Amino acid sequence: MITLTIDGKRVTVPKGTSLLDACRIAGADIPTLCHDPELSLAGSCRMCVVEVAGRRNLIASCVTPAEEGMQVETESEAVIEARRIILELLLARHKLECHVCERDGDCKLQDYCYRYGVKDSRFKGEEPHFYKEDPNPFIERDYDKCIMCTKCIRACAEITGAFAINLKNRGHNAVISTAFDLGLKDSTCVFCGQCIMVCPVGSLVSKVEKGRGRTYQTEKVRTVCTYCGTGCTLELKVLNDRVVGVNSIRDEKLSPANRGALCVKGRFGWDFIDSPERLKEPLVRKNGELMPVSWEEALDYTAKRLKEVKEKWGSDSIAVFTSARTTNEENYLLQKLARAVIGTNNIDHCARL
Amino acid sequence: MNGEKRILLEYADKINPEKAEDYIKVGGYKGLEKARKMKPKQIIEEVKKSKLRGRGGAGFSTGMKWSFVPEHAPVKYVVCNLDEGEPGTYKDRIICEKNAQALLEGMAICALAIGAKKGYIYCRGEYPHIVRLLNNAIESAKKAGVLEDFDIEVRMGAGAYVCGEETALIESIEGKRGEPRFKPPFPGVEGLWGVPTVVNNVETFACIPYILTHGAEWFASIGAPDYPGTKVLTLTGDINNPTYFEVPTDYLLSDVIYKLGGGIKGGRKLKAVQVGGSSGAFIPPENIHTSIDFDSMSRIGASLGSGAVFVLDETRDIVDVATRIAKFFEHESCGKCNPCREGTFRMYEMMQRINAGRGSEEDLENILVLSRVMQKASLCGLGQAAPIPIETTIKHFREDYMRKLM
Amino acid sequence: MTNSIKDLEEEAEVIFLIGTNTTENHPVIGYKIRQNVLKRGAKLIVADPRRIELADLAEVYLPFKPGTDIMLINAMMHVIIKENLLDKEFIEKRTEGFEEVKEIVEKYTPELAARICGVPAEDIVKAARIYAEADKAAICYAMGVTQHSKGTDNVKAICNLAMLTGNIGKPGSGVNPLRGQNNVQGACDMGGLPDVYPGYQKVEIEENRSKFEKAWGVKLPDRKGLTLTEAINAALEGKIKALYIMGENPMLSDPDSHHVEEALDNLEFLVVQDIFLTETAAKADVVLPGVSFAEKDGTFTNTERRVQRVRKAVNPRGNAKPDWQILCEVATRLGYPMSYQSPEEIFEEIRSLTPSYAGITYKRIEETGIQWPCPDTDHPGTPILHKEKFVRGRGKFHPVEYREAAEMPDDEYPLILTTGRNLYHYHTGTMTRRVAAIDQHKPHNEVEIHPRTAQLYGIKDGDMVRLSTRRGSIKLKARITENIKEGVVFTTFHFGEAAANHLTNASALDPVAKIPEFKVAAARIEKI
Ligand SMILES: Cc1cc2nc3c(=O)[nH]c(=O)nc-3n(C[C@H](O)[C@H](O)[C@H](O)COP(=O)(O)O)c2cc1C
Ligand code: SF4
Ligand code: SF4
Ligand code: SF4
Ligand code: SF4
Repeated sequence: MITLTIDGKRVTVPKGTSLLDACRIAGADIPTLCHDPELSLAGSCRMCVVEVAGRRNLIASCVTPAEEGMQVETESEAVIEARRIILELLLARHKLECHVCERDGDCKLQDYCYRYGVKDSRFKGEEPHFYKEDPNPFIERDYDKCIMCTKCIRACAEITGAFAINLKNRGHNAVISTAFDLGLKDSTCVFCGQCIMVCPVGSLVSKVEKGRGRTYQTEKVRTVCTYCGTGCTLELKVLNDRVVGVNSIRDEKLSPANRGALCVKGRFGWDFIDSPERLKEPLVRKNGELMPVSWEEALDYTAKRLKEVKEKWGSDSIAVFTSARTTNEENYLLQKLARAVIGTNNIDHCARL
Repeated sequence: MNGEKRILLEYADKINPEKAEDYIKVGGYKGLEKARKMKPKQIIEEVKKSKLRGRGGAGFSTGMKWSFVPEHAPVKYVVCNLDEGEPGTYKDRIICEKNAQALLEGMAICALAIGAKKGYIYCRGEYPHIVRLLNNAIESAKKAGVLEDFDIEVRMGAGAYVCGEETALIESIEGKRGEPRFKPPFPGVEGLWGVPTVVNNVETFACIPYILTHGAEWFASIGAPDYPGTKVLTLTGDINNPTYFEVPTDYLLSDVIYKLGGGIKGGRKLKAVQVGGSSGAFIPPENIHTSIDFDSMSRIGASLGSGAVFVLDETRDIVDVATRIAKFFEHESCGKCNPCREGTFRMYEMMQRINAGRGSEEDLENILVLSRVMQKASLCGLGQAAPIPIETTIKHFREDYMRKLM
Repeated sequence: MTNSIKDLEEEAEVIFLIGTNTTENHPVIGYKIRQNVLKRGAKLIVADPRRIELADLAEVYLPFKPGTDIMLINAMMHVIIKENLLDKEFIEKRTEGFEEVKEIVEKYTPELAARICGVPAEDIVKAARIYAEADKAAICYAMGVTQHSKGTDNVKAICNLAMLTGNIGKPGSGVNPLRGQNNVQGACDMGGLPDVYPGYQKVEIEENRSKFEKAWGVKLPDRKGLTLTEAINAALEGKIKALYIMGENPMLSDPDSHHVEEALDNLEFLVVQDIFLTETAAKADVVLPGVSFAEKDGTFTNTERRVQRVRKAVNPRGNAKPDWQILCEVATRLGYPMSYQSPEEIFEEIRSLTPSYAGITYKRIEETGIQWPCPDTDHPGTPILHKEKFVRGRGKFHPVEYREAAEMPDDEYPLILTTGRNLYHYHTGTMTRRVAAIDQHKPHNEVEIHPRTAQLYGIKDGDMVRLSTRRGSIKLKARITENIKEGVVFTTFHFGEAAANHLTNASALDPVAKIPEFKVAAARIEKI
């Protein structure tokens, strides 16, 4: 264990704790743009800098181990100046259009500018010019909003392992790019959207969700993906009784199977819910055609016909197929219906298919 | 006698640097021989006692650096930094051209001290002839049997200035994008391929054989007490005698210019001198009466750096010079961290504006704030040092700037 | 799965993947396996006729011929026994029947397997060594193993291999079937099977029956029922007269669609409860509109046996109703009143009758789902099965012999067709084909062909081809790829307009699980 002083408060932390974690334990709110607990460290955004007595330079707390006896100030004048200047530098390369941005209200750049009162950039000059249309149907990439945190690159490599994106060019021209700068479709991208999940700003957004509502407008409902057996936890975003998007939950406890990671189906495959082809009325075949009817009619007719068959041919002339896509409760009820109500064990589902 | 003291360059042009035998004839590989009879710890002690400090620019104690390498790691590397990307600097090239075997010997001694079996020399991309020279030198040393089982491989650099930064250099050897890593962990603990690695400059390594051969006390007695030994300087700019010299470290900067350099071209007056390469501070004439050693330079807000000395005469437009330097850094920033990637770019924009007569006093203020933040918050030495030439020119030559403002 | 997903990411030192294209079919599990290899240096053994993505990271890749799984696994066991790499202590203390298996695998030499499976003998030996020498080795498999006329034997062979090396009941090991659909596990757990009540309590055991008779207050049938495939056959024969289908699309998901169509046409009455008018619903007499996962509460049980909450996010679309409510109404009208007020009330009944779910409550799984068995409300759940002992006491080795697939290539149908899924679509495409972005991205079915096979038939990448088996033919685009074995072709069953199951073999069923032979059919291909 080591003891250090942070903003006048003494804290004791295990050896190997990062200065960032130590500051947070001490109750200091340290801003970060490139840090992500699940990804390798970059140490590049420099927003987490703090002042350590005896050090000439400011120290990036995310990549510096806490040391015995350190005297740390997390909001000194120099620290605040550095953070402000970094934000202004980022703003100067940022297409500032919060009024139409998907991430308005859920954007770290906004949050930190608000926190440090950064209205405008004194470094305005050449405007960002990185935007390039990517014609895939899932992900919009607008690098005119990119703040170069490289979290997307790391998530792509370290969560999914697709290695679809990396840095291209150097210095101010550095930009996130696929190999040969092709569209994502022609890269090794598998459209898992992990990059969207980690992007702290509106640079990467889901094309499927675009324009359907901002995070703060939506209600969030934690549930489980409807596709494969992995059972990924996800959060449905709801606005006006419609599902308008999907969020990851990056918490082991709430999202035990996937810790927020999703695949293309889980992240982008939800808009069938409001497909115009959804069945909205019961149908009964009349004169060879399926016609919409009331529930009363459909249910009465179903019961009547099932009873007839049962009376005429016996319980075992009826079979029931339950579903690997409905809930446990529904599966239970349907097998109960088969066994206790119809009186047959002819129940199965396509577990094997 | 002009006051030069030649140790590394004593036999310049008198021996063939490729030939181990030539070097052995003038006393070479004695240090290595001696080191083989010592325990690793003793070698490190000897280097510490010599007070040798890194000649790559940061001036860190070489013995200390070696002592940080964990003893029991199974694999370790020795890496020589021959990237020499600093414009106006070519002293490492000269050392190789004149005395390559001393570099190899120094690396081999380091390998013994830390327990490495393999070394790399990372050579600047613009020096293909040095790669050839070094390969021949290595072959000759191998033939002579002096290196024993220590293996040295020469790698060609990627042509980026930032690859001279030791961790970017390591990334580059690993075949990755040449971007600095954050420190700690320092290369001594986690370097090339993740194992302990010593990275030293060519000149640093080349000093080692002489320290072992003649003893630490001898070395420590030369030049400035806290930065002893000699330093190879390269002199460029408006100077009568633009060439290289090896001087003791307590040599005066004014003597470099007026004695070794033969004074300013055309008898003009000195405007400023920049020491240490592009990222060095500009020193006004009133401060040149200072010893060139690391600490004395620091005291006047400058740095010895790689030992490049760039002399400007009174006719030079210092704002224009500073703008060019801003452009250099804008081009060389690797782009990893925010303060430098965006800062060098905006710095160049503002400097261009001022230089073209479109700048305002506000620009000047903004440059100073930006300078401060870049120096304090950039990830590596490039971003930290990039604003220094600009800041020092504003400090010492403010009127030159004011004249150009709108 | 005997173990947890997390084990594959953080514990397993060796992972043997057989018949699972994990990154496509269980993508997030695939990502985790890949990270285990990249970050922790886990070793992969990949056995699959297609060069799946993870094969690139594999220590050994075995592109074996479809249908020769048992040959391969028995040969691995042969090597392990011969080289004495087995876990003697585990075999002695925890298992029975080893001698029999030992005797049987004697003849399965790597050389024999090499000939039959079409992979080099040394690779089989290498795979056996890597698997056996690891401290913690996990096996994962999916439909590639089970969808065969001898799928049950395949699984037995896999279990033998795991027991032989003591890779059961400890972290990072186990026999891990990856379940295809989100709630296959739950549907089985809930007794959606012809021979068991919820919790795998056999219907033919008197004691179980009386327990459920008492709980449900009615007399229950005492013989096990028909499986899905048997029921389809019975419908064709006129023995099944009415069919109630909830949320399934056998027209696309079942083998030999023509046969399924005939069977459905032969029914007196067909009810389909679904969210879309599927190919199957279009044939129904009554269609009852159910709701999607977003419109109801309940639980799903994932492939690691974790019971998790599904939560209602929006109201049912139109006049659709949650499926549980529809079922209550139908039961009530059939003279058995059901008046559950909520899924939670149903769940309470489930746990009162299902010992492995007894300790799970909605309250307990509000945050984190629990892995069954969970016998009481203080029990934390069971991330690893068979830890101290097997359910039946000792683990039994079941010797299994290799048999050829039911349908082998011949002159007329010289290729082997194998079917499966791709990353973007799901099952019969009922949902994903209606996700605009996904359908835009992957709008067509394709058949994968090896370049040399393609050359033989003069087929180029992107050509339209006719793919035929004895059951029928479909038209689709050809995709030429080195990632499939020569002489084997692959396609998916997501697409109604080019449905693989027009082609597959329904008559060859696994004798126990009654799983049809989806993975092997003799086929022919021609350019059109
Ligand atoms: C941007 C940048 C460029 C550098 N370039 C060089 C170089 O070309 N040669 C060199 O020896 N050191 C260079 N350095 C310093 C190295 O990072 C490192 O400190 C040096 O190689 C250590 O050797 P020394 O202790 O022998 O000086 C550079 C540092 C920075 C930040
Ligand atoms: S969607 Fe997934 S695979 Fe594609 S770039 Fe983003 S993280 Fe990488
Ligand atoms: S796209 Fe987003 S995640 Fe990627 S570097 Fe830019 S800001 Fe960061
Ligand atoms: S997000 Fe993908 S991997 Fe996860 S459960 Fe859904 S379909 Fe499976
Ligand atoms: S300071 Fe500049 S060169 Fe160094 S890491 Fe940052 S961007 Fe790269």
